[in-house]
Amino acid sequence: MKINFIKTIEEKGIEALSLVIAVAIWQLVADRIVQNKLLLPSFYDVVNSFTVIVKNGLIYTDTLTSLLHFSIGIAAAFILGIPLGIIMGWFKTANRAIDPIIEILRPIPPLAWIPFAIVWFGLTHQAAGFVVFAGMIFPIIINTYTGFKNVPRVYVEAAKVLGCTRNIDLIRYIAIPSAMPSIAAGIRIAMGVGWMCLVAAEMFGVSNRGLGYQIWHNYYLHRMDFVLVYMLLLGFIGLFIDRFFRYYVDEKLLRWKSGTVM
Amino acid sequence: MEVRDCDVKMGRVSVKNVSRIFTKKEDGSGTEALHNISFDVQDGEFICLLGPSGCGKTTLLRITAGLETLTSGEITLNGVPITGPDPKRGMVFQQYSLFPWRTVIDNITFGLEMQGIDKTRARKQVEKYLELVGLEQFKNSYPHELSGGMQQRAAIARALANEPEVLLMDEPFGALDAQTRNVLQDELLKIWEQKHVTFLFVTHSVDEAVVLSDRIIVMTSRPGRIKEIVKVEIPRPRSRTSPEVNRLRDHILKLLEEERFTR
Repeated sequence: MKINFIKTIEEKGIEALSLVIAVAIWQLVADRIVQNKLLLPSFYDVVNSFTVIVKNGLIYTDTLTSLLHFSIGIAAAFILGIPLGIIMGWFKTANRAIDPIIEILRPIPPLAWIPFAIVWFGLTHQAAGFVVFAGMIFPIIINTYTGFKNVPRVYVEAAKVLGCTRNIDLIRYIAIPSAMPSIAAGIRIAMGVGWMCLVAAEMFGVSNRGLGYQIWHNYYLHRMDFVLVYMLLLGFIGLFIDRFFRYYVDEKLLRWKSGTVM
Repeated sequence: MEVRDCDVKMGRVSVKNVSRIFTKKEDGSGTEALHNISFDVQDGEFICLLGPSGCGKTTLLRITAGLETLTSGEITLNGVPITGPDPKRGMVFQQYSLFPWRTVIDNITFGLEMQGIDKTRARKQVEKYLELVGLEQFKNSYPHELSGGMQQRAAIARALANEPEVLLMDEPFGALDAQTRNVLQDELLKIWEQKHVTFLFVTHSVDEAVVLSDRIIVMTSRPGRIKEIVKVEIPRPRSRTSPEVNRLRDHILKLLEEERFTR
């Protein structure tokens, strides 16, 4: 255990040192040069504010609210996006019918949907979820579609001569596993976009809770140390979600691929 | 299962006046790939289709597999016209066609799973095919962990697990090095002797055709017609360098050379 610990320090020494130095410079610049909590809160201020929100429990409610918004968006994008991508990738006619609609809707920035999100859903969790959904759906559709388009013909033919001839079976046993790396990459991109949309949606008043809301709220209060805490929190949670997803995909879903996938 | 094993499995293939014209979508012009091909394959026979590249031998095989349509004529298996893919006609492709997301054993059970046999039973059932191709140690490996020769062995086992009446092979050893190729040819003959299966084997290698087949169907260059059907009456196991083999090889090479000049 101790040896492992020392080994980690040796291996990750440069990375750790770099982080420590960055924090030290930040602290020094904020505390000695800028000397203005509004312009640049110091590391120490941020740590203090962090303990405040941990103690009063705000951190939990806001994080959970944001994660709820995110989950609503991701679930809706999965339920709609993956089947749409599958249908478009497998059936030519369906692709011709759906593609023009998607091509028109896709360039609309997801945040432009905020007014409609509020009009349709009110100031609810669903409204924030909808904006996340608007950001996530297109990368998921397009990557699922691409994965399906690129299923090697020889796999489909091999399956056919082995007695797998129905479209539903070919999709289930051949196309989905073959397209999985592309679908997973799409989900990963979508989660990045969705996370940004989430914060923006919460900032622009779709919600009265959540990490994004807190950033805007504390900006009004001129508590930039809290703004910075929530910013960092968003960064860390985003990083964690991405790492967790990547681990899950590589270990469970794509064990059959040798190297890194994405 | 017992009853089924006792059933007489037959693999008589009959090719009657088969032509195939590929039409281009843009201008409607056509290229004739196959012209009026007819031959019969006996049950349990080993047939090689040999010809210059582009002569349509793969097309003929794909039509027999049901993956391609014909323009005119008919191919029947035991008197029944072929209309689409069927597990009775197994196929081994030139490209590596194992499903990379399935382990070797799960690739081999695929056909049985499609018949609705549950996975554990299917796994038990295919053990003998794993053994037949010598891949017991690698049954839980993924295809990318295997060499090219091992992948093709697994592909053969996968095709055999469906107990096909005819096995269609489209240059299965084309991508392998010469030594591996010879080894796999010998193994294939062993499998052919043990299993009662009709083989239709496409190749562009004269050596391969001479070592393997009962009859070699030599085709002309495009549009593919039958140039000559060569009966190989050399007893097995055949030496690759015996005088009879060399004589036959010489004869076939001359046939192919003619094709080069008539082009």
